[in-house]
Amino acid sequence: MSFIRKPKVEWAGQRRNPLGLTIRDYEGGMSTLCAGCGHDSVTAALVQAFWELSIKPEQVIKMSGIGCSSKTPAYFLSGAHGFNSVHGRMPSVATGALAAHRDLIAVGISGDGDSLSIGMGQFAHAVRRNLNLLYIIENNGVYGLTKGQFSASADPGSKSKAGIENRQQAIDPVAAAISLGGSFAARSFSGDKQQLVPLIKAGLAHPGCAVLDVISPCVTFNDHEGSTKSYAWTRENHESVTSADLVEPAEAIEANYEEGEELPVRLHDDSVIRFRKLEADYDPGDRAHALEYLERHRAEGKVVTGLLYLDQDLPEFHQLSGTARQPLRDTGFEHLNPGADALETLQEKMR
Amino acid sequence: MPGADSTPHHINDFVIKIGTVNGTGSASANTLLMKALFRMGIPVTGKNLFPSNIQGLPTWYEIRANHSGYNARTGRVDMMVAMNAQTYQQDLAEVSPGGYLIYDSSWPRDGQLAREDVHLIGIPLADMVNRHFAPARVRILMKNIAYVGALCALMDIDGDVVRGLIEETFAAKKKLIEPNMQAIALGHDYAREHFECPLPVRAEAMNGTNDHILIDGNQAAALGCLYAGATVGAWYPITPSTSLMDAFESLCKRYRTDPDSGEKRYCVIQAEDELAAAGMVVGASWAGARAFTPTSGPGISLMGEFIGFAYYTEIPAVFFDVQRVGPSTGMPTRTQQCDLMATAYCSHGDTRHPVLLPADPRECFELSVAAFDLADQLQTPVFVLSDLDIGMNDWMVPKLTWDDDYRPERGKILSAEELEELEAFHRFDDVDGDGIPYRTLPGSHRKGAYFVRGSGHNRLGGYTEDASEYQEVVDRLLTKWETARGMVPAPVSIDSGHHTDIGIIAYGSSHGAVVEALDQLAGNGIHANYLRLRAFPFSDEVHEFLDNHATVFVVEQNRDGQMRSLLKLETDVDPGKLVSILHYNGLPIPSDAVSKRIRNHIRKEAVA
Repeated sequence: MSFIRKPKVEWAGQRRNPLGLTIRDYEGGMSTLCAGCGHDSVTAALVQAFWELSIKPEQVIKMSGIGCSSKTPAYFLSGAHGFNSVHGRMPSVATGALAAHRDLIAVGISGDGDSLSIGMGQFAHAVRRNLNLLYIIENNGVYGLTKGQFSASADPGSKSKAGIENRQQAIDPVAAAISLGGSFAARSFSGDKQQLVPLIKAGLAHPGCAVLDVISPCVTFNDHEGSTKSYAWTRENHESVTSADLVEPAEAIEANYEEGEELPVRLHDDSVIRFRKLEADYDPGDRAHALEYLERHRAEGKVVTGLLYLDQDLPEFHQLSGTARQPLRDTGFEHLNPGADALETLQEKMR
Repeated sequence: MPGADSTPHHINDFVIKIGTVNGTGSASANTLLMKALFRMGIPVTGKNLFPSNIQGLPTWYEIRANHSGYNARTGRVDMMVAMNAQTYQQDLAEVSPGGYLIYDSSWPRDGQLAREDVHLIGIPLADMVNRHFAPARVRILMKNIAYVGALCALMDIDGDVVRGLIEETFAAKKKLIEPNMQAIALGHDYAREHFECPLPVRAEAMNGTNDHILIDGNQAAALGCLYAGATVGAWYPITPSTSLMDAFESLCKRYRTDPDSGEKRYCVIQAEDELAAAGMVVGASWAGARAFTPTSGPGISLMGEFIGFAYYTEIPAVFFDVQRVGPSTGMPTRTQQCDLMATAYCSHGDTRHPVLLPADPRECFELSVAAFDLADQLQTPVFVLSDLDIGMNDWMVPKLTWDDDYRPERGKILSAEELEELEAFHRFDDVDGDGIPYRTLPGSHRKGAYFVRGSGHNRLGGYTEDASEYQEVVDRLLTKWETARGMVPAPVSIDSGHHTDIGIIAYGSSHGAVVEALDQLAGNGIHANYLRLRAFPFSDEVHEFLDNHATVFVVEQNRDGQMRSLLKLETDVDPGKLVSILHYNGLPIPSDAVSKRIRNHIRKEAVA
């Protein structure tokens, strides 16, 4: 949303996180998205989550492709490195960056156009590799920057602003992530900050590729009657399957955990996200059930939100690759170059 | 059949060509043969002429031995080993007059396709090995070893050397030594008993391979990546570059794996496609690792978007293009120099990239290291333009050497301490006036944070659509290009020692043919100076060479004279004095293709 940037003013009694930073320190540049854009709510949730987790901004890389959603990294964490890559190819750039430096905290922001059409292949392979990345898809079912074409997530039967009906099947990134062998698949709604912030925190804490599909209505091209990605439709039809809150590390975590009702996700600082099941029979560890649940509700026109699938034991990219614990970028040249004598020995076999 | 007297003597100057069926294990026999000649001190090169197929189609291996060290193809075949019945006719036709054809006489070919001017040597290879070896696969393999044995007798190749090589090759699989020795003896003894040995085409120990090795370009380039300190390699399999990453990974397993923990100090990623491979290289380089991808022409096409992105966002990246025949899928297992323009100006918009042009595996090693240094120093994509001939064929080159004092030239990267001192950091500010700004690495310091964007950006790194701010950045990139001109590897010149206004320009794998052609031309009284290009952009030496010669032949292996075009575009040379000598049928350029055409051109000019 275009607005006049608020000046940063220090005042006594400002809330600070353990790093001594205020929430304003986690903000970014001025948004240039349309007023009311769902993406700006996601930005606000990200700011909140990073601040609450006390993550040093410089440890973070903010990756994106092209599109309205991909502008998001410019609007939060100005102290972090940002990377606005090419259309649909954010995952490969993130893969390379994490290959070079595994300790960076990576958040990738993409859209349904960016990830489910041009970038479907890279999305699939980031999930398959279980790259240690929070992969947010700001999903509005429409191409905003090119003014209103349907995206691959537009539901069949939904209508464009021009009144045209979409007749092709929709790709559901959550179902896709689960089918692809992903380790973390969640959905939320940009208008539900209560649910979104803990899910972002859990995704950041998850060691692997955390896919978080956020229904984020496009106020300009897809917020009308007949749209299934509008504010009105989503508010009316979204159904939380799990809810979450954060337990600070100081608390006795184990005591708060009641088996069968909650799912704890341990964060890097030993705090825990507790997921409370709203549906008694919902088991986010059961892949087949998660897919069946999603499909059943989709058929009823429901948007299911919450943490829908989690496998905490699936090895992430570096574990799978057997890469050294120390980031490759920081490995001394003496450990990389075998030296002249080794070259000499190696060449004995070439004679 | 003509007598031996009618055959010219070829001692340490011959071409052996072996025709086999792809997938029958002839590669190890051919390597054995070539290594034996090499160990006898005779300069050799070996070229695979193989199909784009795994099994069943005809394949050839061509060994050139030459006491003077010439390594190009000659168009001659002095000794043909015709092991593939399907190509017998073609193979026989290729033998030079007075040459020899060895065939498997287990299936007599009396009267079939005989040539009066060629010596036919029938050896019942299949019969012999079938009597000695039981398992079917062993029979196939040993038939190949048996022809090596026959050649040892016929060409006087040192049997001790061959036996020593077998022992070395199978040191870890000792039970294979004996059958191989037997097969050598079978071929050798049969030839000895039935033919006058040695033939006039023969080997004789000499002293021409000291301090040399046999290596292919992809292996050498992989060594370059290892020694330059590359840690991230991303790729998508494509012929003929695949063996580069295979070699890198195997070298890393050996030298970069922690013996105690098994941890890897490298990360090789087989990407889902070339687009992703390029993205991974860009991401890894941006995050501070030395990263590269090996590919070929079709891969470069797919990577184009990211290459332009890396140019504009000034991210170092190293791309190996092991060229094959184009356009489109072309002939994946044949060689060309056809991606010069595609790499020099790769991507949309105004882009141009440094391209390094190794001529042999030794330079693949050296220029790989140079490519990483240049990419880091210039903060831009750098191409190493090899080809299938260099990459996948066996070359004899002086031993690779390494200076342990080498440290990577990482260019202008601001450390956390430097950032702490700085008042403010601006990503695209030309502080030093050389067109190269300073960069920071993610995770190092909060003050170094900046936003990478392929969209219009200004000097400070901010988004812009302002006309003058945009232009300021792209003009500064041209300043960087001028800086690059003085940093890339200089061309290598060979002066004829005569006063001449004839020049020859070549690059890459055409070099060997040109060196031999220069001597052939000198034999005809034509003296030419030679400049071998090793890089684009063109340095001052290139401009001077063009200025100093009235006629400049540009030798290259593509249809459209891409280097000639590049010289026309990038220098103020009078195009009229650039004469293309082109060869583009997919086979490596032979030396006489160069000398004959230059001679003819000069004659025509003289008549005109």
